[in-house]
Amino acid sequence: MASISAAIPALPRKYHAASIWMLYVIGLCPAAWYFYQAATGGLGFNPVKTFEHLLGIWALRLIIATLAITPLRDLFGINWVRYRRALGLLAFYYVLMHFSVYLLLDLQLNFAAVGGDIAKRPYITIGFAALLCLIPLAVTSNNWSIRKMGQGWIRLHKLVYLIAIGGAIHYVLAVKSVTSGPFAHVALIGILVAYRLIRRPLMNWKRGRRQPAQVAR
Amino acid sequence: MPAYRPPHIASSEITPKDIYLSRRNFIGAAAAAGFGLAASGEAWAAPLSTVPGPYKLNEKLTPKEAVTTYNNFYEFGVNKEDPSQNSGAFKPTPWSVKVEGMVGKPKEFGLDEIMKMKLEDRTYRMRCVEGWSMVIPWIGFPLSAILDQVEPLGSAKYVAFETVVRPEEMPGQGGLFQPLPWPYIEGLRMDEARHPLTILAVGLYGETLPNQNGAPIRLVVPWKYGFKSIKSIVKIKLVEEQPQTTWKNSNAREYGFYSNVNPAVDHPRWSQATEQRIGEGGFFGTKRVDTLPFNGYASEVASLYSGMDLKANY
Repeated sequence: MASISAAIPALPRKYHAASIWMLYVIGLCPAAWYFYQAATGGLGFNPVKTFEHLLGIWALRLIIATLAITPLRDLFGINWVRYRRALGLLAFYYVLMHFSVYLLLDLQLNFAAVGGDIAKRPYITIGFAALLCLIPLAVTSNNWSIRKMGQGWIRLHKLVYLIAIGGAIHYVLAVKSVTSGPFAHVALIGILVAYRLIRRPLMNWKRGRRQPAQVAR
Repeated sequence: MPAYRPPHIASSEITPKDIYLSRRNFIGAAAAAGFGLAASGEAWAAPLSTVPGPYKLNEKLTPKEAVTTYNNFYEFGVNKEDPSQNSGAFKPTPWSVKVEGMVGKPKEFGLDEIMKMKLEDRTYRMRCVEGWSMVIPWIGFPLSAILDQVEPLGSAKYVAFETVVRPEEMPGQGGLFQPLPWPYIEGLRMDEARHPLTILAVGLYGETLPNQNGAPIRLVVPWKYGFKSIKSIVKIKLVEEQPQTTWKNSNAREYGFYSNVNPAVDHPRWSQATEQRIGEGGFFGTKRVDTLPFNGYASEVASLYSGMDLKANY
């Protein structure tokens, strides 16, 4: 497994900050591109719905990427923890854009309809709850909060598992039939969340295997 | 019940036939010049001559490009653009429709015979269960014209319909994740099937049906959600019991047998009170209009359901 991390050349430390900013720029490209397409007639005859759905799908992809950071490090020795905050914040921005398009362009600020949807339609209730849960995570995503909150920060940010599961359920309930696209996204979220359940025993086992070898040396 | 309402569509808003005929000539010339059109498509695609139908609609037509590129036809894929993009290999000719079951004279109708029926212009609203709608100038004839020819028995209470199964021509019918079981099946009560609004359509916008719209022959029942209007029909069977239908089998809580357009009965996952008119308003001004009971055809069809609880029979 160590061979995989060795195969990826390490980025020199002086480029770390720049690479994180690049990630923000690249991460916002799909939204910018789809917005341009939607505004110029490139997203077909229901551009609002299409744009709304694409933003939601990209939010899920970014959540998947955020959740993949830990197993990448555990299992493959690839340490991309420095990108996790950017991925998480991008996911939040996409969820926020997804909701804004629904509110502004789809329902056109018809708050009665929005309220009705949130109250009565389980998939919208769940999606909206996931958006609300993302807010404290986004607000506390700075270094100051991490230092200030200590263990509390770690506990709070475990909310992301609930958010990911909520996002997956939201997606499955929103489509008329589960085809390969939704299945792939939901399966990835399922695997990445389930990994957290086996992570502790797995890491203990890995450490246990390493220690006798060290003793023998 | 007004059987005939004078046309309210300004004639200036309707593309004159000679213009789309000339467009067709251009396409034909382009094909002849070697740009290429599938031979089967050329054999089927043709302008149709029609007579005015008994129903007129005072609403702006949905642009033809929207009608032919924004489709639900899961046999070609689940995305709206899939049917227009993936239906190029589909062969609507030769074709025949078997009409059988509880009838005195079962019969297989060849496409030639079908196309010789008296074809009428029928501009109808089309409301999708997903919350969007169109106004489509169909060409077709009453389903009752076919039913009359096979002499239904008194015991026949329902009509069951079936779509063709051709995984080699319909990519959505192959592959690992099948969105629905095939064939797609639908059904109507006999009085719904015989209602003069119910047509078998063979064309739209002056021409034969494009593959993505259900070529060569499809049902159009304008007061029901769009999925009831089954496409590319190969079998019509008259039966005694209420037939199974694809979406009801897939999720009976969400899709009922009747599926009449009804703003007062929400889909469990979304409201049905309003609808988005496709092809109007664009990105920054989506056009939402109120959904009407029976999709605006209440004066014609509400009597079919008198005494029925429409919330229970959704």
